Amino acid sequence: MFYVSMFFQYIAQYLKTRMEYRADMIVEILSDLLFQAVNLVFILVVFGHTESLGGWQRDEIIFIYGFFLVPYALFSTFFNIWDFNERYIVNGEMDRILTRPIHSLFQVILERMELESLFGVITGLVVMGYAAARLNLTFHWYDIFIFILFVFGGTLVSGSIFVALASIGFWSDAKTSIMPMMYNIGNYGRYPVNIYNDVIRFILTWILPFAFVGVYPASYFLRKTDWYIYAFLTPVIGLLFFILSVIIWNIGVKRYRGAGS
Amino acid sequence: MSKYLEMIRIRFLMMLAYRTNYYSGILIYSINIGAYYFLWTAIYGGKESIQGLDAAQMVTYVAISWMARAFYFNNIDREIAMEIREGKVAVELIRPYNYLGMKTMQAFGEGVFRLFFFSMPGMVIVSFIFPLELPLDWQAWCFFAISIFFSFVINTEINLLTGISAFFLFNNDGLMRAKRVIIDLFSGLLLPISFYPVWAQEIMEYLPFQAISYIPSMIFTKGFQEAEITDAILFQLFWSILLIIPICAMWAVAKRKMIIQGG
Repeated sequence: MFYVSMFFQYIAQYLKTRMEYRADMIVEILSDLLFQAVNLVFILVVFGHTESLGGWQRDEIIFIYGFFLVPYALFSTFFNIWDFNERYIVNGEMDRILTRPIHSLFQVILERMELESLFGVITGLVVMGYAAARLNLTFHWYDIFIFILFVFGGTLVSGSIFVALASIGFWSDAKTSIMPMMYNIGNYGRYPVNIYNDVIRFILTWILPFAFVGVYPASYFLRKTDWYIYAFLTPVIGLLFFILSVIIWNIGVKRYRGAGS
Repeated sequence: MSKYLEMIRIRFLMMLAYRTNYYSGILIYSINIGAYYFLWTAIYGGKESIQGLDAAQMVTYVAISWMARAFYFNNIDREIAMEIREGKVAVELIRPYNYLGMKTMQAFGEGVFRLFFFSMPGMVIVSFIFPLELPLDWQAWCFFAISIFFSFVINTEINLLTGISAFFLFNNDGLMRAKRVIIDLFSGLLLPISFYPVWAQEIMEYLPFQAISYIPSMIFTKGFQEAEITDAILFQLFWSILLIIPICAMWAVAKRKMIIQGG
């Protein structure tokens, strides 16, 4: 209960500070939209020259991309920790975090959240809606709950990978570029994994399971029955990886000695 | 002139000191090239060629356009905007050099560094992983060299323009981000211009962006033949001269209406 109230307190504070710089916020949202549009343009242009991509239709690919945007937006909102190492470990901010009464990871997440990114959820829903209408997809009443569950799973998948990587900072405070690299690998999840070779497909499913952010869960709504098993694994993988990453984080916190001065 | 050459040298040496930062950059670019490699292979499927490029040329196109990006890409718009916002530009203006010229030279030093320590080793690594078709005749390499030099000039000119806009907008983050997206999309980095629908291609004829990535990559992959190559390079030359006009005009106005924020 205390955590929930803390969460809303931080959101209230966040909104207050951001509302002071409204123009900046609008610019940020617009430029996010632009970045999202680039990939859409890519898909649209490419399908001017081909009918299918690894056996998937144009609108199916667009649907996958739309779905991908939703967990990705939630991930960018709440797991904005790519600069954790520099911001918290090197600058010694972690000492302050550890004196706070809530779990250190939760505290970091609250401090670093970026609510503007939530706008991506709307973009994702619009893109999905467009594709679904063109594909004449039908939905059951319970699909909305499955959707929420899958989005939740996908968010945890990318979140846990970044938490685990941020935890490396507890062992070594050397500057690494692993985080930006991971953003680029994450983009592989936007497209059907069957276009990649088996090694990459295996990695995207079991090691850096970014396929569970986009193509696997989306295939359920596209009624691709042979992919259902992966689709329904989404929340399981998400939860499993998240628990694992929190364990790594906790071990790391125990090892944390402070950066000195 | 010698002071500008010295600036190129200093920036080169500065980058050299931090060269380890660049190894991961090569990996990131390779990951991106990989993603597009698989995408394009799937797009080509059984097709022989799309818009005059076959699958092997397409993979080469993707690889060379990313690796060339390492050379022409720079952040001087961000640097200029920051110096304007922090008021440092006032000191820069009284120094005995042309501020914009100095920025361009620094960017060039950075570009030369990345050409030798990023693009070249990167291209070698990538050609081991993916089946590339490198040009075998020396003319193609020469034209490519001329062409990426112009890519650098035009990209830098656009960066100067967006950077100077901080004089007028104070916060030009949005403009800089928009510029990045536009260049990614319309320079031909992600998609060859010839893939766009005809109406879009016609509009892009009148814009400088394809001179940044599309032209050098097409020369490298032999997508352009004889007359097309000279036309394309003339197109680049035309734009690199034309863009000087708005830069000079904006700079003249900017210097006059400069307000130093804080101090």
